[in-house]
Amino acid sequence: MATVTFDNATRRYPGMAGPAVDGLTLDIADGEFLVLVGPTGCGKSTALRMLAGLEDVDAGRVLIDGRDVTTAPANDRDVAMVFQNYALYPHMTVADNMGFALKIAGVPADELAERVREAARLLELEEFLDRKPKALSGGQRQRVAMGRAIVRHPRVFLMDEPLSNLDAALRAQTRTQIASLTRRLGVTTVYVTHDQVEAMTLGDRVAVLRDGVLQQVAPPRELYDRPANLFVAGFIGSPPMNLLQLPVDDGAVRLGGAVLPLPAAAAASPAAAASVVLGVRPEDFEVAVDQPAGLAVKVESVEELGADAYLHGKAAPAGPGGQPVRLTARVDVRQPPEPGSTVHLLPTASRVHFFDPATRRRLG
Amino acid sequence: MKGPAAHWHDEPTDFGQMGKLPRGHGVAPAAAIGSLNITSATTDEELLDLPWHLALEDWPVANLAALPRGLSRHIVRFAHLSGSVIAVKETSEHVARHEYHMLRRLQRLDVPCVEPLAVLTGRRTADGSELDPVLVTRHLRFSLPYRALFSQTLRRDTLTRLIDAQALLLVRLHLVGFYWGDVSLSNTLFRRDAGAFAAYLVDAETGELYPELSNGQREYDLEIARVNIAGELMDLHEGGLIEEKIDPLATSERIMDSYRKLWAELTGKESFDLGERWRVNARIRRLNELGFDVEEFTIKTTADGSSIQLQPKVVDAGHHQRRLLQLTGLDAEENQARRLLNDMDAYRADNNPDLDQELSAHLWVRQVFEPVVRAIPRELQGKLEPAEVVHQLLEHRWYLSEEQNRNVPLAEAVQSYIDNVLRHRRDEAAFMLQEDSRPAGPPRPDTGGTPPASRPDGS
Repeated sequence: MATVTFDNATRRYPGMAGPAVDGLTLDIADGEFLVLVGPTGCGKSTALRMLAGLEDVDAGRVLIDGRDVTTAPANDRDVAMVFQNYALYPHMTVADNMGFALKIAGVPADELAERVREAARLLELEEFLDRKPKALSGGQRQRVAMGRAIVRHPRVFLMDEPLSNLDAALRAQTRTQIASLTRRLGVTTVYVTHDQVEAMTLGDRVAVLRDGVLQQVAPPRELYDRPANLFVAGFIGSPPMNLLQLPVDDGAVRLGGAVLPLPAAAAASPAAAASVVLGVRPEDFEVAVDQPAGLAVKVESVEELGADAYLHGKAAPAGPGGQPVRLTARVDVRQPPEPGSTVHLLPTASRVHFFDPATRRRLG
Repeated sequence: MKGPAAHWHDEPTDFGQMGKLPRGHGVAPAAAIGSLNITSATTDEELLDLPWHLALEDWPVANLAALPRGLSRHIVRFAHLSGSVIAVKETSEHVARHEYHMLRRLQRLDVPCVEPLAVLTGRRTADGSELDPVLVTRHLRFSLPYRALFSQTLRRDTLTRLIDAQALLLVRLHLVGFYWGDVSLSNTLFRRDAGAFAAYLVDAETGELYPELSNGQREYDLEIARVNIAGELMDLHEGGLIEEKIDPLATSERIMDSYRKLWAELTGKESFDLGERWRVNARIRRLNELGFDVEEFTIKTTADGSSIQLQPKVVDAGHHQRRLLQLTGLDAEENQARRLLNDMDAYRADNNPDLDQELSAHLWVRQVFEPVVRAIPRELQGKLEPAEVVHQLLEHRWYLSEEQNRNVPLAEAVQSYIDNVLRHRRDEAAFMLQEDSRPAGPPRPDTGGTPPASRPDGS
């Protein structure tokens, strides 16, 4: 087990305009499950490879348990990349499939057997140890693959989209197993994904990257409730947060009939004196057919997702000459509004977000 | 009956991102429900005749060329298409697209790999349920999975030749900046190559492309190769498919050694005194011998001008293949090409020493190569590819001549080779392992031709 530190770590590829990872500073606690998330090309896999020793670090440092490993070879870092490759060997038993890499590494037979037994206990595979993998279900085979990483007793697990090549059912099942297993083992884990649902369900903390730059690192709830900037606000949450640029009038903005006072921090921003970006999550609207205090929205479509339903609608422009405003709001799945009808959306004042249109940072 | 309506399109393989295919790259435009979206550089209408509305597991036997063996994380089937065999793999759309583009880029970079044909999405069953997208690749003719080369009477050096071929493939991949991420014998196919093997990449699912690889990436790939090969050999051991005396660990170490030697020769710096400039040509010759041409060298002199530092910058595999192609128009693997070129040289020395090389090569094709290939009865043409047949025939003729202490004429050697060797070999044109762990067809020693005591061409 170990702490991991990125200290202003940068990776540049020759011929590329900007760095793939730009001055990343991040402290990961011993035993923490940290998820790196962001859109394609944001540098999350590059950051993981820098930690694994697969990528040169052009500036800054990478430390594992306080030891500078910036230039250490991959096999001298005691990290395990988890199921990048999990071919199972048909003639070998489950126990041999889990332990063969230890045998290659010269681990004595009794220690090897003990480590395999211990991993099998954690993975609930004990009764299958003498069987051949052909007798296992898809989920059990996946667990054998995990066992291969566990028996190595690494100080850090590294996982780069480990679920991306699984089908949906197995992906959900394996995600749950990874979550419970890593917590039981207490091994520091760095997990890369493009999927925010995976990020939010797995991570103790989630680090959001964009264009190689860390945007915010926080526990999932905080990331959702207090996004640090417009990018995080738009990236985390599905459907995404509604973001509307509105003129400021007397320390407040108006959305239809609703008046939303700006937080005190807005006073410090010159740009925010004229306008701010208001953020409202789709579930933070009160929806009423007749709610004069809210914003009138013409319903264009209703998307029913089983437990939830969302309306997608259009409101009149916020100011003269402006574009019509498109909004998404969660509605009662039992009584969804009719497409073509008009509803009023009233944001819950205590749950709205404000952002500086110039710096794109959160206000308050 | 033709299959469902289909929307065919192609998409650019050039994308700016390093490493992986960006998500959302070239996602197929929405097609009508029930119609297939086919991403492909070619339009083979016969693709539509396959039962895409069925999960691969349910494909009728009539469509199948074979069932793959072994445990795969994906469902894979081999099917017939337009006279060739294709491999169809069910996977997620992004994984399929990623692999399709990686294989396309590798093909353009001239690295031996299977040919990607298409990605199909929008598959649905008759009742409208969605089915997983598939990646379609064309099966490599005359290629063999490594398990097909093992039997109790395995020639002792077959395994080391396989591993050397795998090391060469890995070096070639690394030279073009490809990090494989899952190097294994299972993810490779092997073609016979005049007593050696030529390795082809089959699975690029975990692969990533960079302008160049870091040492960390190369070393990690090598470590993956070592562990996977050891695992594969331990598995063959457990299954009783290799001789007891083969040590999986020691054998797997060989890839490290073979790879590092080759990498050092192809990319290493070499310093020597100004007076030893012949060493530039010596290095070029060594690289040619290894099958590489040097396209670019970096040559630096030290500040005092007394010594030279030499480093190959761009090397290109296929030295003998290119020479054979230029002289004869024949396409062969590297060692086959070397072997045929040797025979061509001997032919010229014996018959027309004064003729120029091109003309003599032309005569050799007409008087040696073509008569041999034409003599192979149609029913035996699926046994081996023509260049391999000619290589084996030349060996066979050499042994016959030695045995009989006379110069056995070509026609007589051909007949003897067909009757005594070729007819008894298995078909390898579209060879696939069946679900059971033994190769299809009668198991027989992997002799690769006449068992030689020593080799006539010195290779």
